[in-house]
Amino acid sequence: MTKPNQNMAEYYQRDRRWHPPAYAKDYKTSVARSPKFSLISLENTPSEITGPRFGHNDLAPTDNDLISNYAQPGESPIGERIIVHGRVLDENARPVPNTLVEIWQANAGGRYRHKKDTYLAPIDPNFGGCGRTITDENGYYYFRTVKPGAYPWRNWVNDWRPAHIHVSVFGSAFAQRLITQLYFEGDPLIKSCPIVATIPDPDAIEQLIARLDMNATIPLDTIAYKFDIVLRGRRSTLFENRLEGN
Amino acid sequence: MPQQLDYLKETPSQTAGPYVHIGLAPGAAGFQIYDQELGQDIAGPNAAGERIRVEGLVIDGIGSPVKDVLLEAWQANSAGVYAHPEHGGEVEEGFRGWGRVITDFETGEWAFETVKPGPVMGRNGQMMAPHINLWIVARGINIGLNTRLYFEDEAEANASDPIINVIEWEKRRETLIAKRSERDGQTVYRFDICLQGEDETVFFDI
Repeated sequence: MTKPNQNMAEYYQRDRRWHPPAYAKDYKTSVARSPKFSLISLENTPSEITGPRFGHNDLAPTDNDLISNYAQPGESPIGERIIVHGRVLDENARPVPNTLVEIWQANAGGRYRHKKDTYLAPIDPNFGGCGRTITDENGYYYFRTVKPGAYPWRNWVNDWRPAHIHVSVFGSAFAQRLITQLYFEGDPLIKSCPIVATIPDPDAIEQLIARLDMNATIPLDTIAYKFDIVLRGRRSTLFENRLEGN
Repeated sequence: MPQQLDYLKETPSQTAGPYVHIGLAPGAAGFQIYDQELGQDIAGPNAAGERIRVEGLVIDGIGSPVKDVLLEAWQANSAGVYAHPEHGGEVEEGFRGWGRVITDFETGEWAFETVKPGPVMGRNGQMMAPHINLWIVARGINIGLNTRLYFEDEAEANASDPIINVIEWEKRRETLIAKRSERDGQTVYRFDICLQGEDETVFFDI
C-alpha cells in the first residue's frame, strides 16, 4: 500500500471576525448554545485538509429542480418561479469544481415541509423544499425553484425571517465545510432580522444577498438570481513551520 | 500605488436553523424525496477493523439535550487513510469515511455505526491518535462547531497526540475522550458533547 501523503497545502485561516460569533444575544437561541471558552486554534493536519467527495452517482439529475422534484405529474408548486445560480469559488477566486451543494427552503407561503413546523400557512402538495447538485468543472451550479415566503418566528414577539434559502457546501476539505443562508436583493426584512444581524460586518451581509440577474432570466418563464459562494482558499506553498530544526 | 491583494472573502456562515433535516436528512423531516440520502453509511461493507457504535447527546448551557442537531463525522479507515485523493493511500471499496446523523426529536440521542479509525500521521512527523472529526450544526449555532472524538482505550496514543497536547488545561482534554463499553456483544463509545458550561467540550478553530 502506498504511504499516505503528509505534505498537503494548508487552508487560509478562517476570518472569525467576518463570521458571526457563537454568542449573539439578539438571536436568543444562541445564548445557551454558544461555547463560552475560546476555540482552540489548530494548524491544518490531513484530518482537516481532506474531506468527503461526491459524484453524480450520489444523486439524480433532477435533484436540482425543486419545481419538479416533488410535484405530482403535470402539476407544479405555487409561487414565483426562480433560477438560483452562480459559482463556488475559493478565496483565491479559483473555481471549486465537483463539489456538493445542497439547499432547503420554505414554500412560497413561508411554510416548511417539516413535522416540527406548525405555521398556519399551508403545505404545498407539489413542493418538497430541498435540492442538491454538484458543481461543474468551472465551479458553476444552478437550481430551479420557487421564491420562498417570509415567515414569523419566535424570538422577539414580532420577528419575521426575510425570504431565504439555506445553502450547504462541502468544498474539497473538511476545513471548508460551510452552511449559510441566501437572501434576496431588495427584501425589506433583511435589515431587521436578528439572524442576519449576527454577522457584524455590513459588507459580509451583502455577500449573502443574491442579485437579480436579468441576463439569466428566461423570458416569459423564470426570473433569475445570482449567488456566488466563496470557500476558504488554500496556500500554494508547502513550507511547514517546524518546531525543531529541519 | 501599492499592489492590490485580490483575495475574495469567505462567504459568512449562518445558522442551519431548526429545519436542517429538510435539506440534509429529509426522511427525518417526514418525507421521502431522494433515491438515496447521503451520509447514512460511513464505513461500507468491506472496511477492515473493529466495528463500533458511537452515541451520545448534545447538551446546552442549561444542561438540556439539544434535539435539532445535525452532526457530520469524517474519519480515516482502520489503516489511517482518508478516502481523499490527496491523502495518497487506498481505502476499501465503499469506504467513504463520512456520514451524518441527527439527534432524536424526543430524546436528543444520536448514534452512528462505523469502524474504529487507525492513527493518522500529522504535521512534522507526529502521529495523531485514532480520532473521528465531528462538525455540529443546529438552530442557535451560528457557525458549525468542530471537535474531535478520541478513544478511551487508546490512552498511550492519546497521551502523545499533538492535538490533545495543544489544549493547555488537562481537565478539558477529557471532554474529547469517548468512553468504551460493551452492549449485546457490540462495542459502544459514549461521547456527550457539551456546548456550554463547566464540562464544555473543546471546540477547534481548524
